[in-house]
Amino acid sequence: MTPETLLETLRKLQEPKGYYFNKDTEMTLALMNSLLENKKTYGYMSCPCRLASGEYEKDKDIICPCVYREADVRDYGACFCWLYVSKSWNEDKIEHQYVPERRPPEKVI
Amino acid sequence: MQNKVMLYALSTCIHCKNAKKYLEDNGVEYESLYVDKLEGDERKAVIEEIKKHNSACSFPTILLDGGERVIIGFKRDELKEALGI
Repeated sequence: MTPETLLETLRKLQEPKGYYFNKDTEMTLALMNSLLENKKTYGYMSCPCRLASGEYEKDKDIICPCVYREADVRDYGACFCWLYVSKSWNEDKIEHQYVPERRPPEKVI
Repeated sequence: MQNKVMLYALSTCIHCKNAKKYLEDNGVEYESLYVDKLEGDERKAVIEEIKKHNSACSFPTILLDGGERVIIGFKRDELKEALGI
């Protein structure tokens, strides 16, 4: 699978739910590539911006889309990676700010 | 004298890539480590070191002057100010 086909597959699933892909295509495709790399490395598409343990059970919360996405997109307009964003974020109606990590630190091993 | 810069990164992380590019584009010398490529005791030790400066252990974590100052995430303005770019 190429980063482009992964993006189009995910777009069909996620946009109807109100989660859009960052309009910065270069960044979005780089993240698609990282998701494919993680799939190869770990066997699942772990969040490219977080340290995976390599154990499925321990990484479940950060398998993309991660469980923190909903709150982050609600509060900041973007997920931690800036991969999934809200419509207003893509329309530059809200500031593109750093999204603080909300994953509990004890989960990082 | 230029600050000593240490960048803890993940090989797959876009904010890490962007931070590295920003430093390179501005001619800032830095050291970096891909924590996802480490294993065993070395990995544990590096995670502990990062947590001392950034309890969330998120990436990138950028240490200036051996941790005198810590910049969490790729924050262009903060880096610009701290490094006098």
